[in-house]
Amino acid sequence: MLKAITTALFGLALVQGTAHADDSIKIGFIASLSGSQAVLGRDLLDGFNLGLKSLGGKLGGHAAEVIVMDDQGKPDVGAQAAQKLVERDRVPIVTGINLSNVLLAAVPKVLDAGKIYISLNAGPSELAGRDCSPHFFSIAHQNDTGPETLGLYLNSIDVKNLYIMSANFAAGKDMVAGLKRTYKGKVDATVYTQFGQLDYSAELAKLRSVNPKALFTFYPGGMGVNFSKQMDQAGLKGKIPVYSSFLPDQDSLPAMGDAALGMESTGYWSVKLDNPLNKQFVADFEKAYNRIPSTRAAVGYDGARIIDAALKENGGKFGSADAFAKAMHSIDFKSVRGSLKFNTNNFPIQNFYLFKVEKNDKGQLVNAVVKTVATAYADSYVGQCKMPKAKP
Amino acid sequence: MTLSLFIEQALNGLQFGVMLFLIAAGFTLVFGIMNLVNLAHGSFYMIGAYLFATILQRVGAFWVSVALAVVLTGFVGALLERVALKPFYRRPYLDQVLATLGLILFFNELTRIIWGAQPLSVPLPAALATSVPIIGSLSYPTIRLVILAIGVLVALLLYLIVAKTRMGMLVRAGASNRTFIGALGINVNTVFSCAFSVGAALAGLAGALAAPILAVEAGMGESVLIFALIVVVIGGIGSFRGAFAAAILVGLIDTFGRLLLSPLLGDISVYLLMAVILSWRPQGLFPANG
Repeated sequence: MLKAITTALFGLALVQGTAHADDSIKIGFIASLSGSQAVLGRDLLDGFNLGLKSLGGKLGGHAAEVIVMDDQGKPDVGAQAAQKLVERDRVPIVTGINLSNVLLAAVPKVLDAGKIYISLNAGPSELAGRDCSPHFFSIAHQNDTGPETLGLYLNSIDVKNLYIMSANFAAGKDMVAGLKRTYKGKVDATVYTQFGQLDYSAELAKLRSVNPKALFTFYPGGMGVNFSKQMDQAGLKGKIPVYSSFLPDQDSLPAMGDAALGMESTGYWSVKLDNPLNKQFVADFEKAYNRIPSTRAAVGYDGARIIDAALKENGGKFGSADAFAKAMHSIDFKSVRGSLKFNTNNFPIQNFYLFKVEKNDKGQLVNAVVKTVATAYADSYVGQCKMPKAKP
Repeated sequence: MTLSLFIEQALNGLQFGVMLFLIAAGFTLVFGIMNLVNLAHGSFYMIGAYLFATILQRVGAFWVSVALAVVLTGFVGALLERVALKPFYRRPYLDQVLATLGLILFFNELTRIIWGAQPLSVPLPAALATSVPIIGSLSYPTIRLVILAIGVLVALLLYLIVAKTRMGMLVRAGASNRTFIGALGINVNTVFSCAFSVGAALAGLAGALAAPILAVEAGMGESVLIFALIVVVIGGIGSFRGAFAAAILVGLIDTFGRLLLSPLLGDISVYLLMAVILSWRPQGLFPANG
């Protein structure tokens, strides 16, 4: 008799457990929170948390639980994190990831489990082209688009020779491929350095002996800080104009210091973008975290809000991955960049601007907006994506 | 390859080598005398850099900050040895590797908690932020020349201490036969603690000197540690002379390798060097004991 009551009570408790689960929604969040790229991961998370806070800690009207995992900048750790999130924690949506090589390892785990992945930064070409999926979304960018627009700009100001240096990993290669796709001048040399390399003295000596007219670099995180400082120390800063794409940003500008002044880059967001939603976001972020937000923080902020908008479109429920994907396409989402539209491969179509590193009136380094270099720019891989068009 | 490129790369290689020597010297000292594999040695490099960056912000004087950072890192080393590493002297190498590996993770996270994830910036004083004209159009950064000079000075100082003083004699004797010096009435524990502190301070010096050039971030110790271990192995465990020779060799080979060889070979040139030297002389170039 006692055994029967105990079993019944136990069963009741379990049922109560699942009943509670319906009220809150779990989101899996993966980012580099340690290693040389930790600053980008941290901005991603802080932006996302700020977005969540602005919604009262709720997504789609339900309490949200964000399960954060550190990928340590390593693809295998990221893949394991994704697997744990979809299998053990059973999250319906996984988001985050700043590094392209980590994303390529982690996304298959999420998609194979029939869940949704929303990328907040990394945009490798494979996921925009042949490996595209109706359940994968990027609300950030496709890697090649930034350098492609830079190539267009360099053509427009008649830069005839370019020396290219990049880090040897998925995004680094995408950047160079994108640049070469549109740039019409002559490439003096393409140098790939090891990911995470700290000392560029040997490469800078080579750069000095070649003495190119212009230099393109792609060095995210600590690599960029080192390269800028060492280039300045080698006396090369004023002599060779430096161009980049998506970089430098607020995660590394404070550490680079004045060595970064004058760097020109293309990107889709800067603190200086002039619209009321962005101004509010920047003010809130500075108040909450005591530092200027970077593009990562802005996209993280958008990430929380777009998940909320898509859930609300579906009556506050996740439903299924297909239902969520449909909702993502049917909402008119107002990003801090302006309106955000998705292409048929679920990557954004957005404007690109030319930025130049200058000091703002408080003496801090920011990316000032020089001009728009491309409007409603789409990536070059959408043609390779064989996916049924999402219903309008 | 022009003369100025050759000279610039040679200077780069020597400066890198000298930096590696500072780290390897501490490691080989500890391994040679105390038979302790301390993988957290790279953490002293990181701690030295962080302490230097922080002290410089408060104090403002460059060399005073370097000196303070070095001394403080030595203290941290002494504390660590007393608190955590003493039980490991007699244990097998694997236990030491596991424990000190854990210490690496501990220190990385501690620096992230205290200083945050963002890399620290170390501004150079005006006198050091210049370049010195060497030949033709080549201007070499003053700070790197200063690092090179300091490294060579420290190497000379270490040589003088080890070869000409009584303390140095204890170090050499300890590296040769540690049980015997205990039998001679020397307080082995004091020698060990001093050796560990000095080793940590040397690594801290390397970190403080590297801070203006490289980004000061958690985990900066790991990449130099691998090269420092290679230097120790090539040079001969427990030998300062070997560490110096190997460090210069590794510095030059890595720098010229990255310049002259294809990207793949350039990355692994140092490991190839290690394989070649070890197959020729498995004990290293200048082994400390017979």
